[in-house]
Amino acid sequence: MSYNARFKVWRGDDRDGELEDFRVEVNDGEVVLDIIHRLQATQTPDLAVRWNCKAGKCGSCSAEINGRPRLMCMTRMSTFAEDEVVSVTPLRTFPVIKDLVTDVSFNYQKALEVPAFAPPADLALGEYRMQQVDVERSQEFRKCIECFLCQDTCHVIRDHEENKEAFAGPRFFIRLAELDMHPLDTRDRKREAQSQHGLGMCNITKCCTEVCPEHIKITDNAIIPMKERVVDTQYDPLVWLGSKIPRRSASAANKALEQGDLAQAELHARDRLRSKPTDPAALLALADSLRGQGRFDEAAKATRTLVDNAGRSRGARLDALTAHVFALLFGIEAGQLSLDRHEDEVAATLQDAQRLASTGTVLAGAHALHHLVHGRLAEAAQHAREAIQWDVDRPRRADDLVTLSEALAGLGQEEESASALREARSLWPDNPRLRTAQDTVRDMGVAAT
Amino acid sequence: MTQIERHTFDVVVIGAGGAGLRAAIEARLQGRRTAIVCKSLFGKAHTVMAEGGAAAAMGNVNPNDNWQVHFRDTMRGGKFLNHWRMAELHAKEAPDRVWELETYGALFDRTKDGKISQRNFGGHEYPRLAHVGDRTGLEMIRTLQQKIVSLQQEDQREYGDAESMVKVFAECTVTDLLKDGDRIAGAVGYLRENGTFVVFEAPTVILATGGIGKSFKVTSNSWEYTGDGHALAMKAGASLLNMEFVQFHPTGMVWPPSVKGILVTESVRGDGGILKNSEDKRFMFDYVPAVFRKQYAETPEEADRWYEDPQNNRRPPELLPRDEVARAINSEVKAGRGSPAGGVFLDIASRLPAEAIRKKLPSMYHQFKELADVDITAEPMEVGPTCHYVMGGIEVDPDTAAAVVPGLFAAGECSGGMHGSNRLGGNSLSDLLVFGRRAGAGASAYIDSLGTARPTVSDRDVEEARRAAEAPFDGDGGENPYTIHSDLQQTMNDLVGIIRKREEMEEALAKLEDLKSRAKRISVAGDKIFNPGWHLALDLTNMLIVSECIARSALIREESRGGHTRDDFPAMSPEWRKVNLVCRPEDEGVRIDQQPLPVMPPELLSLFERDELNKYMTDEELAILPEGNA
Ligand SMILES: Cc1cc2nc3c(=O)[nH]c(=O)nc-3n(C[C@H](O)[C@H](O)[C@H](O)COP(=O)(O)OP(=O)(O)OC[C@H]3O[C@@H](n4cnc5c(N)ncnc54)[C@H](O)[C@@H]3O)c2cc1C
Ligand code: SF4
Ligand code: SF4
Ligand code: FES
Repeated sequence: MSYNARFKVWRGDDRDGELEDFRVEVNDGEVVLDIIHRLQATQTPDLAVRWNCKAGKCGSCSAEINGRPRLMCMTRMSTFAEDEVVSVTPLRTFPVIKDLVTDVSFNYQKALEVPAFAPPADLALGEYRMQQVDVERSQEFRKCIECFLCQDTCHVIRDHEENKEAFAGPRFFIRLAELDMHPLDTRDRKREAQSQHGLGMCNITKCCTEVCPEHIKITDNAIIPMKERVVDTQYDPLVWLGSKIPRRSASAANKALEQGDLAQAELHARDRLRSKPTDPAALLALADSLRGQGRFDEAAKATRTLVDNAGRSRGARLDALTAHVFALLFGIEAGQLSLDRHEDEVAATLQDAQRLASTGTVLAGAHALHHLVHGRLAEAAQHAREAIQWDVDRPRRADDLVTLSEALAGLGQEEESASALREARSLWPDNPRLRTAQDTVRDMGVAAT
Repeated sequence: MTQIERHTFDVVVIGAGGAGLRAAIEARLQGRRTAIVCKSLFGKAHTVMAEGGAAAAMGNVNPNDNWQVHFRDTMRGGKFLNHWRMAELHAKEAPDRVWELETYGALFDRTKDGKISQRNFGGHEYPRLAHVGDRTGLEMIRTLQQKIVSLQQEDQREYGDAESMVKVFAECTVTDLLKDGDRIAGAVGYLRENGTFVVFEAPTVILATGGIGKSFKVTSNSWEYTGDGHALAMKAGASLLNMEFVQFHPTGMVWPPSVKGILVTESVRGDGGILKNSEDKRFMFDYVPAVFRKQYAETPEEADRWYEDPQNNRRPPELLPRDEVARAINSEVKAGRGSPAGGVFLDIASRLPAEAIRKKLPSMYHQFKELADVDITAEPMEVGPTCHYVMGGIEVDPDTAAAVVPGLFAAGECSGGMHGSNRLGGNSLSDLLVFGRRAGAGASAYIDSLGTARPTVSDRDVEEARRAAEAPFDGDGGENPYTIHSDLQQTMNDLVGIIRKREEMEEALAKLEDLKSRAKRISVAGDKIFNPGWHLALDLTNMLIVSECIARSALIREESRGGHTRDDFPAMSPEWRKVNLVCRPEDEGVRIDQQPLPVMPPELLSLFERDELNKYMTDEELAILPEGNA
């Protein structure tokens, strides 16, 4: 079972280069790295690529596959259609050395800037005592294979050379968090993270968490706790809003959103859109404020404009598509939009988003809801469970829980349904979806409290 | 004109795995200016792949454990062919080396009372492996890497330059060692990033280059494992030991092609997984050798009862030692009863509920799911033997890690003697630390002994090395290195693999001669910047030397022991136990000499029962055994 695939591989050096077209054999069970190796053995013996373990353990084979940061050895060819063109390009955030090989010395420089583990001076060999629960948090971060995909995807330095000096990046935020949470480390890592390593420039977009092949919850478990602790000790006006990030500029609308004032946010966003009708940040803020007020149909209009104007950056497109598909599905669920009329749009948006998504898990929440509105309850529950595992962002997670609760109610699993609902409410008490969900769950004969 | 960069160091460590990094740390702690040179990025060496753990008799889980027990286990595992002194040093020093990692920041899994937790592993009498889940190698390499960084930070504060004492040359491939007379004078390599040649002038070189698996078609090893250190040592006039002993792990993945060789952990069988052939027969019952009959079940019923009640039942034959299982799988496939992809079936799906499989074997579940799209809770895996580790390596002095060439040292998988004919799981990671440190100290002591009489590098030698390295660019239309490599792998796999026969090895040697002459006609395209074709051309020289060492030694050793199985000499021979086979360079090829194995002193011999020694030793040896072994 083999076929001829179409590949576009970037070839060149730091000055010049282009995507080169290849036709190359693909066999059952192969991964992208196998195809690159086949190209080397048969067509382009000097095609440069890094790899070592071929088992997702060393973090050498990082590249962008169809624009998404991925490990080549862990990307199966079966995830692409046979007639799909597969593009493989070098990491964009780092200078190219040759072909798929980039100069990642930035990361080694940053590693040198993080002060080493500082144990208490009076412990002799074999005298360290630590409890498993206390080392586990740091152990999560030590799973890092230094693939630098998170560094590549982080928009603070992707296309922002000027931020590189001040910003250590997600890989080194988890290193700082690891040391901070190490039961025996004696330094003050929080303050250092803020003052020396640019933690304040991170505005918690979570792109890094999404691409991490080790599924390290970089934002939720490292960055946010570090920021919260920084806030404890020192005023940090940038907890949520990065000052240097053009896409999510610290606009008035976003500020209002942060404070939970949805009406105010809507006003500011509309204000901004009057002068710039396709401003992505304003559209997103508008959609968020409408969605928070339960006006899903109007939110969907905003996100549709957002999709149409998302431009060509893959990250921005994926964000727009995801926001749109959720808005549509919420609207359908609430009866504000008709399923019949919008099914095609939902399916197409979901498909487009899935194509851009780096992992299957990013869109699990949307898939779950899609199944739910079609009454496929078992599938809905399954996807929702998967989503809950990966969605770290509070509102997203709360929504996943609502979806799960509804699906379970329909399946007659009353207790689980009620407990999911309770958790959803505790995460986001004002979620407008909760109202209908409570009704649904009650209709199904479940005590919702 | 090709650019050449020059650097002067006290110690040049080739290899940035566990052994190389620990050696470099020691050299720097002893005040030596040290270079670390490696083929990949810093932090990517093969050590990163180790899963199970590092063996050290800390006695955290079972207080009865101590270095004597560990020593005994190691000698048994190696079938008494180990260098006793290495096994002794290893067993004694491993605990301190592991504890030291904690002071560098390592976070091992813990026991209830907060100490380093230790797990059971094949051949170890007590729970002994310090571990972090199933990613111990990653923890080890990251810890050592971060220790190097911390030393650089100290140097930054002290001298204003982080690289003043330790400098890492990543993606720099060493192609030759340099000598001044009979002593080491340095090394030559090239930077992959720009093709620049680099000359390291140094009185000492520590080889820590790892293994040789890439000479075989099916292997759990990465592209770096081309036996460079083995070959560099030979070319510099040092000797290799025990090269016939190559460990084949019985269960590597065989399908899909992309992951062929990747390890399937032994725990699958430990948790109830069984091996079946294409006729759905649980075949291991047919392969229990006479010496093991007493300990292994004869019927599936009895075998299945063992999991619940190991006291009153004998073990399932799937849990025979690695070499036995690997041989059995091999025979089934050769007899035409293999799986579609050329392995056999490893079935856990019909043995345990899906939920239990996911819980007990999470990483295997994900490995198969993500790489093979196989749900091991629903269907059997296809597995077959995979080349995993080389016991053979550079002959060294146990205490100083010095090779026979003055100024040359070796540690880690590329050195020989420590593991005898077969390595126990977990004994490699601890080996890296113990002998890495000793190599760093050994090099430092050697430098002291030199005084001011430092060796010098000759320009002619440098020029010679450069010319040899660039040779593949001369002319075009020659042989394709990728084709030669795949022919070599096929040859070694088929003819010098897990079961060996005289005729096949003779055929292999003939083929190797042919490959050697084809390799001389290799031509590569492109320039010198990050050119994988060129790199492979250079690697091939090393793989061919190593392959010849393996094939020649394997042909000479007429017995079966550990990682060397002769179809025509299936038994272990006490006479052969007394012999080490030593490879030395000769003309265009390799000469093999027989050399007596160092004799274990009485106080160590007395750790074993006479009964046990009977199995390994000649009557002569037994006749003069000291009192303690009566
Ligand atoms: C899948 C797998 C699992 C394993 N699990 C375990 C386990 O649980 N426990 C255990 O004890 N052992 C285990 N092993 C074995 C163990 O991992 C290795 O034996 C050990 O890591 C080797 O370490 P090293 O320091 O000798 O070399 P490596 O870590 O392999 O490093 C070799 C270094 O040498 C460099 N190098 C090589 N050639 C050159 C050259 N020409 N120029 C410059 N640099 C060069 C490389 O770039 C690399 O940095 C496992 C092995 C595998 C494959
Ligand atoms: S969450 Fe912060 S570190 Fe992560 S990608 Fe976004 S801005 Fe970068
Ligand atoms: S945190 Fe994850 S994505 Fe970032 S370098 Fe480590 S493994 Fe890669
Ligand atoms: S080659 Fe090691 S992660 Fe892909």
